[in-house]
Amino acid sequence: MAAVIEAPRTRVKARSSFEMYSWLFMRMSGLLLVVLVLGHLFIMNIAGGGVHRLGFAFVAGRWASPFWQVYDLAMLWLAQLHGTNGLRVIINDYAQRPASRFWLKMALYTATSLVMVLGTLVIFTFDPTML
Amino acid sequence: MWSWVAHRITGVLVFFFLFVHVLDTALVRVGPDAYNTVISSYKNPVMNLMEVGLVGAVLYHALNGLRVIAIDFTERGARVQRQMLWAVVAVWILVMVPSTYFMLARTVATLFGTS
Repeated sequence: MAAVIEAPRTRVKARSSFEMYSWLFMRMSGLLLVVLVLGHLFIMNIAGGGVHRLGFAFVAGRWASPFWQVYDLAMLWLAQLHGTNGLRVIINDYAQRPASRFWLKMALYTATSLVMVLGTLVIFTFDPTML
Repeated sequence: MWSWVAHRITGVLVFFFLFVHVLDTALVRVGPDAYNTVISSYKNPVMNLMEVGLVGAVLYHALNGLRVIAIDFTERGARVQRQMLWAVVAVWILVMVPSTYFMLARTVATLFGTS
């Protein structure tokens, strides 16, 4: 009679793949952000006189083009999600009490949502003729 | 280990700046005067110096992030991680030297009157 092999410990529930996708998202968004953010920093801070030429008229000139609207929108969303996910990991690493972990993350998600909605609205409702 | 610590610190700093930066940019929706006033604070010498720090933090985070991707996704990555860290430091210095010059040239000229 063959030996009976005990079944391995069973999983209580199906494991979520969230952390794997979060890990993958950090690398994929990071790759895009290298191009978007370093391009943004070069244009705004280094090229053609840098920060000293920035102002309302400069923004109006750029957002007249759908290319820069989409560029800035992609940068806003990717950077917010990348940064929020990074902070989520940091909170999980250092905040020890369940209540502080929960409330720190709620504060983070609230702030992120507000800033993403505000930034998106600003890009698409910008009016260069306003006084 | 220190490259990981620096990655976390630069990441948190850049993320906090991003919040401030979206809020100051949102002032274009309030009006040209409000926006130009807040942008003028970015042109002051102390802020100008902090912008060099911001670019340095973003650049380190970007270069080390590419190193992390190379370690995770390539066959040889983990074995050459130390050499890649030196490459990160070398590229960082090579990019920061001219960038710092272009970012501060006007501020230095105004402050010390060489113009």
